[in-house]
Amino acid sequence: MENKSNLEILQEIQEDKNYIPMDYLGEVCKRNKIPKAKIYGVLTFYAQFSTVPRGKYLIRLCEGTACHVKGSQKIKEMLEKEYGLENGKTTADMKFTLQVVACLGSCFMAPCMMINNNYYGNLDVEKVKKIINSLK
Amino acid sequence: MKLLNINDFKNFCEKVRNKKRKDINIKVCITGCRAKGAIDLYTELKKKEDKDIDVIPVGCHKFCSGAPVVKVDFPNENYLYQNVSIDDVDKIIKNAKKYKPVEELLFKNKKFFELQEIKVLKYCGEVNPVSIEDYIYYGGFSAFIKILENFTPEMVIDEIRKSKLRGRGGAGFPTYKKWEIVKEQKSEEKYVICNGDEGDPGAFMDRTVLEGLPFQVIEGMLICGFTVGAKKGFFYIRAEYPIAIEHVQEAINRCYEYGLLGKNILGTDFSFDIEVKKGAGAFVCGEETALISSIEGKRGMPKPRPPFPAEKGLFSKPTCINNVETFANIPIIINEGGEIFSKIGTQNSGGTKIFSLAGKVKNTGLVEIPLGTPLWKIIYEIGGGPLDGRKIKGVQTGGPSGGCIPIEHFNTPVDYETLAELGSIMGSGGMIVIDDKVCAVELARYFLDFTQKESCGKCVPCRVGTKRMLEILERITKGEGTLEDIEKLEMLGNHIKETSLCGLGQTAPNPVLTTLRYFKEEYLDHIILNYCSSAQCKEVVYAACTNACPAGVNVPEYIDAIEKSDFIKAYEIICNDLPFPSICGRACYSPCENMCRRKDVDKAVNIRVLKKFVCDYAWRKGVSVRDFMVLGRGINKKVAVVGGGISGLSCAYFLSKAGVKVDIYEKEKELGGVVKKYIPEFRLPKKFVEKEMKDILNERINVFFNKSLFENLKLEELEEKYDAVYISIGAFSEPYVEEKNVFNGLDFLRSVKENKKIKIGDKVGIIGGGNVAIDCARAAKRLKARDVYIIYRRTEEYMPAHKTEIEEAKKEKIKFLYLLSPEKVENKDGKIVLILKKMTLKDEIDKDGRIKFVETNERLKIELDCLIYAIGQKSKIGEYFNLNDIDRFTLKIKNRKLFVGGDFYRGPSSIIEAIGDGKRASFSILNFLTGKKFEKFWIKHVVKEQTEQEINFEEKINIKQQQPKCISLKERINTFKEVEKNFSFTQAVKEAKRCLKCHLEK
Repeated sequence: MENKSNLEILQEIQEDKNYIPMDYLGEVCKRNKIPKAKIYGVLTFYAQFSTVPRGKYLIRLCEGTACHVKGSQKIKEMLEKEYGLENGKTTADMKFTLQVVACLGSCFMAPCMMINNNYYGNLDVEKVKKIINSLK
Repeated sequence: MKLLNINDFKNFCEKVRNKKRKDINIKVCITGCRAKGAIDLYTELKKKEDKDIDVIPVGCHKFCSGAPVVKVDFPNENYLYQNVSIDDVDKIIKNAKKYKPVEELLFKNKKFFELQEIKVLKYCGEVNPVSIEDYIYYGGFSAFIKILENFTPEMVIDEIRKSKLRGRGGAGFPTYKKWEIVKEQKSEEKYVICNGDEGDPGAFMDRTVLEGLPFQVIEGMLICGFTVGAKKGFFYIRAEYPIAIEHVQEAINRCYEYGLLGKNILGTDFSFDIEVKKGAGAFVCGEETALISSIEGKRGMPKPRPPFPAEKGLFSKPTCINNVETFANIPIIINEGGEIFSKIGTQNSGGTKIFSLAGKVKNTGLVEIPLGTPLWKIIYEIGGGPLDGRKIKGVQTGGPSGGCIPIEHFNTPVDYETLAELGSIMGSGGMIVIDDKVCAVELARYFLDFTQKESCGKCVPCRVGTKRMLEILERITKGEGTLEDIEKLEMLGNHIKETSLCGLGQTAPNPVLTTLRYFKEEYLDHIILNYCSSAQCKEVVYAACTNACPAGVNVPEYIDAIEKSDFIKAYEIICNDLPFPSICGRACYSPCENMCRRKDVDKAVNIRVLKKFVCDYAWRKGVSVRDFMVLGRGINKKVAVVGGGISGLSCAYFLSKAGVKVDIYEKEKELGGVVKKYIPEFRLPKKFVEKEMKDILNERINVFFNKSLFENLKLEELEEKYDAVYISIGAFSEPYVEEKNVFNGLDFLRSVKENKKIKIGDKVGIIGGGNVAIDCARAAKRLKARDVYIIYRRTEEYMPAHKTEIEEAKKEKIKFLYLLSPEKVENKDGKIVLILKKMTLKDEIDKDGRIKFVETNERLKIELDCLIYAIGQKSKIGEYFNLNDIDRFTLKIKNRKLFVGGDFYRGPSSIIEAIGDGKRASFSILNFLTGKKFEKFWIKHVVKEQTEQEINFEEKINIKQQQPKCISLKERINTFKEVEKNFSFTQAVKEAKRCLKCHLEK
């Protein structure tokens, strides 16, 4: 942990454990003499960090302008209706977590989403359902 | 293998450039195209590599709407394939071995690239992003070597100054100046930062450059480090770009391996290290001081400037922070020289700019063009124009910090200053095209929602101000806005702009302020009428179809009734809102179908023919509008309706139902107006018009004929005698001099309808491009003209006539002559000699987004037997009233008890708009007379409880659009019989099933 900034520490923990367990963070702070309040301030600033366990598949649904203009809202509504997924929530079986993000830079293929590190574009409600069901 | 000095490196470069490459190179984009399966495609193609074929993973080919895109390089030719699937692999390889392309996969849109000036992205899509050899093969690092060998830092700055390069991140600060300031700072520790936090929704050019050309950016940073005296550089890349992070890190590793990074690079005094830092999901970290905070590991909160990062940046040391694209331009400037570089662009900005074109446009992708290119060229010529043949409303530039520019400003050349003048900004280069289905108010709300969430919270104007603005916008989109809200938004917006700490807050109000500036009518629609013309704001839209219907007909309900085979119920539902269903069922241009959601799936529901089906069924059963016409209790008010056309009749109908006594004054000796006089029998048989117009007359309505307003009927007398007056006297057509064999189009149609004997001969020409012209042409055909020509001054796509009318005319073998305008008409021995000017496109568009046409010197002579002018209909309303006095919401004239509507108010428009005006005026008049609340009839429909039903979408989606049969071509051309027949019972029920029941979506 030498020379790593608070942000990088958090990024590493999340990379490793898929979320930031608060008690683990507490230990890290103690060991490295980092003020807990300071690192907590960083944690809560950035949207990527989660203090609750996340699902195996992180769905990042883009709500950027191009995707919005091409109907991402409908996909968001379907995810809520069919899978109970709201922004930040995880399905009961811990398989899927939804994160609505501002822009994935895939505007040419709007509407689009990422599941973990894979991109999916030119989506509609039916296509999204197929993709999610195939991962179940 | 580390290269120890410049000579070593040059030798290595030579070796690489001379290395023989295979004859056939197949380059598969594995960056953006991944979202459409490019990785699997690449893997399959890779298996087919052999001694002649190389399969290379590359960056973006820029034509993203054709993803997956593959480029095939042969020794003398290269080809671009689009929409490539795994099934195409064998075909591609087979043809490649013969040095032949696969025709059906070819990207044929030449214009997309021709109009661009591709410099920065030249090798994107050519090189394997993480191969240093590929980069060197195409000339990479030659700029850096040039610098090490021949340049001093002062010389570099001079070159960049000459280039006129300005920061591509959006603020447009002169790049040479920033480098100069950092260079002048006295400090051992200095930093270079590449801002890869492209957070603007709609922007993806930085992503593409990082993923496809990471070495080019590194080269730019090396040159920067050398110039400003920095030894350490950072890439700050947002976490949402994992491929970019991966490729940049790989490229950095390669550079270390070869000795292009690290201590004493290539044996010189120059040392430079680069590290990658990842973002964690905060838009504000694109702002330079916030970004610096983030690299320091802290909360990404901006700091006040001055001091600027150039003086005091990362770890309080002088820092040169530039955008990805800015760095990518540097090697080009050094290689070709700043002077040459500045030859492209404008007075104040040199070079090209990469725009990410997305939204409701045909060709999405990356577009690199010289600064100074007009907007319309980018959107229509490169972008290919609107999707699905819709109408473009505007373009959003600069993301959430920018503004929405309407089409009337599309002639604007794109540059930092010109966009700022329009209230927008260049920003990072995102360009999102919006069409008529995107609500401007909703768009503003959407952007504010975004900036509100991303606000760091440090300063009050941004944290609290944007929240208040958002709340107001949310109320407006829900139909709960007030007129004061508009003033509040402007005041708040301007305050927030002036007092926010950083760029996020300073620009957050821009989308609101620009939409208020250019789309105020949409705000007023929401506030005063609770109406969203784009049918996007759910709370005020019952269903997109009903929303689009000027008469507010409850479309989903009657379609539902048809699905259940309850046709009379369907007819009743229509009659409740529309007194002329048969007329509309035949002659309406169906704005409802234009907005039908089913259109996004395959084809719109054939609403008009469904209506026609129901009407003909009712007709057979002897049921009419009269059966559902319930006259309310009489009230002691009298209204005059001037103009007995369909608008006036509609107004009279609704007023009389509400209890008012109505006197109709009609100029001719019978009622009917345009609908009765001009619409040809083969589109709208007379019997329907006569019956429906007779049916609506009840005991409260009196008709007076031969009364012409402003002639033998005085307006002042009407105002005295009546409690209110509705004027719907239509538009006029200029009568042309009565030359032999030359007709005015409307007079011609009228004569045809009255069965007058007209001799038109064999060759007939019609000047015009609207529905009247088409009707004239089709009538002329039926009068036995052998050759019928429609002569129009523009091209087909600009014809105002309805597309279906044009198709029908073509079926009847009518010929279309485009780009011709009449200059002179001569009558010679009973023949007409028509001299026409040839027209051509001008490099400009008019305020409606149509390309301008101008005359050339070429002339064309045509001999005809008869000439018909079908142009020049205008309303004379401007001669009698000040247009500013007419309230477009109530149709009332200020300070008078006069109301206007129909073609008289709008100029030549449509039947349903005329009916809608008459209906709306009737509610306005009731409001005016009795204080009874103005009924917003287009949203009053409510979803009934019992219509909760399980909808089987699978079944619905599979039904194709039903088409009614038509009479044979022979019968069409030889008679005036109605061309279109009707649905069968089965067809009607099937078509009704196609409705997606959007009104139940809540």
